[in-house]
Amino acid sequence: MAKVLMKGNEAIALAAIKGGVDAFYGYPITPQNEVPEYLSKHLLANGKVFLQSESEVSAINMVYGAAGAGARVMTSSSSPGIALKQEGISYIAAAELPCLIVSVMRGGPGLGGIQPSQADYYQATRGGGNGDYSLIVYAPETIQEVADTIKESFDIADYYRNPVMVLVDGLIGQMMESVDFDKPIKERFLPEKDWATNGTANHPGRRNVANSLQIDPNALEQHNIHLQEKYNLIKKNETRYEMINFDDPEYVIVAYGTMARICRSAIEMLNKEGIKVGMIRPISLFPYPEKAFDEIPKNAKGILCAELSMGQMLDDVLIANNGRHKVGFFGRSGGMLPDPEEIVDAIKNFSERVVK
Amino acid sequence: MNSNIKVAGFGGQGVMMFGQVLAYAAIYDEINGLWFPSYGPETRGGTANCSVIVSDKQINSPTFKDANHLVAFNFPSLEKFREKVSEEGLILYNSSLIKDDVNEEGRVCVGVPANDIATELGNEKVANMAMMGAYLELTHLFSDKTIEAIIKKFLGERKAHLLDVNMQAIQKGKDFIKDLGVTYA
Repeated sequence: MAKVLMKGNEAIALAAIKGGVDAFYGYPITPQNEVPEYLSKHLLANGKVFLQSESEVSAINMVYGAAGAGARVMTSSSSPGIALKQEGISYIAAAELPCLIVSVMRGGPGLGGIQPSQADYYQATRGGGNGDYSLIVYAPETIQEVADTIKESFDIADYYRNPVMVLVDGLIGQMMESVDFDKPIKERFLPEKDWATNGTANHPGRRNVANSLQIDPNALEQHNIHLQEKYNLIKKNETRYEMINFDDPEYVIVAYGTMARICRSAIEMLNKEGIKVGMIRPISLFPYPEKAFDEIPKNAKGILCAELSMGQMLDDVLIANNGRHKVGFFGRSGGMLPDPEEIVDAIKNFSERVVK
Repeated sequence: MNSNIKVAGFGGQGVMMFGQVLAYAAIYDEINGLWFPSYGPETRGGTANCSVIVSDKQINSPTFKDANHLVAFNFPSLEKFREKVSEEGLILYNSSLIKDDVNEEGRVCVGVPANDIATELGNEKVANMAMMGAYLELTHLFSDKTIEAIIKKFLGERKAHLLDVNMQAIQKGKDFIKDLGVTYA
C-alpha cells in the first residue's frame, strides 16, 4: 500500500485494524464520528466486533470487559464523551487491563463546541477518574504519526497492561493528508495474556479475576506502589519528543499536535527574520519529556508554551523548567485556530506573554 | 511551490469536492496535499468552506492567514474571504451568482459563469468542475491527465457515466478563461 490521502479519523480506524483491533465499542460524537463509521463497515466484515452502545458509560465498561477477556480493544470519543468515560478508565487502569482510547478534542467546557481544541490536556494527563493512576498519552501531529502511533499503541498497552490514550484535536480528525500504513513499528516481545478471564478451559486449575476493588488497605497500598513502579518504567522507556531547530535558540516554543505544526511554520518565518527559535515537541504527554528542557541554552531569553487551550500543558512546562527560564504562554480556545503569524507576534512581544 | 487555497460556497455546490480533488491531485503527482473542512453546523445548508494546501515541500501549519487563491461559489463566501487573499493572489468567483464586478487592489479577480456553463451542459451539478477548469487554466497546478484520474476515482464505478460531462465542464471552464484572455500564473 503506497501513500494514500485520508481523513485523520479514517486513518485512526484503519491503523487500528492494522494494529490488530478485535473489538470497538463507542457512542457517536462530533468530531470523531468517522472513526466508528469506518470501523462499522470494516470490522464486522472481517469477523470482528463493532458495537455502538447506548451511552459512553456502557462503551467504556464494554471495553473493560473485553480487555479483561484478553481482546485487543478500543473506544474513541470526544471531550464530553471522554468525560463520561472517566470512571471506567480509572477502573481499567486499576485492573491493569490494556486498551486504546482515542480522544479527538473539541472546545469546552461543558458541551462546548465542535471545533478543534486542546483543552483536554488535564483530562488526559491528570484524569477525571479517581485514584493514583496514569494513562500513557501520545499526541501525534500529522496523520502519518497518528497512524504509526495507533498501530503501536496496542503493543504498548499490552506490554505494560495499561490503557493508552491517543490525544488529537478535531482538526487532525477532520483533515486529509497523505499517509503510508506500511511503515514498520517497533517490535516488542509480548508475553501471553495468562491473566485473561477467558474461561478456565484456557487456564485449567487457575481462577483469573479482573477487578479494581481492594478492600484491604495494605493490599491496596501495595497495588499503588506497584502501579507507580510501572509508571516509572514507562517514564524511562516510553518518553517521546522531538527537538526542532535547536541550534542555540534565543527562544524555545513548546507545543504539541496541530499547535506544533502551526509553530513550525512560525519558526521558519522567525528564522528568516534572523530570530533563532527552537521547539520542544512533546509526543508523549504522559510521560512528559522533562529532560528535553535540560537542553535549553542557559542564555535563552524565554520559553513560550503554545496551546489550543487557556493554559494546561503550561503546568508541565513550569515543572520541567523548574524556574530556570522565563515562561510565557500563548493560547487560543473555543475552537479558534491561530495562524503562524500570531505565534510570530507572540515571540516578538514575548515580554507581554510572560506568566512566570 | 506552495499554494494556500480557500474554497467556499453553499452546501451542495461541490465546494468540499473541489478542494479534495486538488488534495488528491497533489498526492497523485507525488507532491504534498492537505485538505480540511469547516465542519461546523454552517455546513448543513449554509455556507461551506474548506482549506487546501498544495506544496512541493513538507506542509507544516494547516492554517494560514491569507490564501493565495480564493474560489468563491457565492456572494456570502466572497464577502467572508475576499480580504483574506494575499498580495498578487487570485480571486476566482462564480459570476452566475455574483453579478457585481469584483475588484481587489493587487489581486487578480476573475468571474466565471459556472452555473450557466453547467446548465448548458445539461447537468447543474458540474458547476464546480467548470470552476475547476477555469482554476486550472489560471494556475496550471495540475495536468488534465491528473485531474481526469482523480475525477474517475471520485465517481467510482457507479457514477462512471458522469465522467464525460465532468470533463466537458472542465474544458468549458478552461475555454472561458482562454477566450477572456486573462493569464495569472
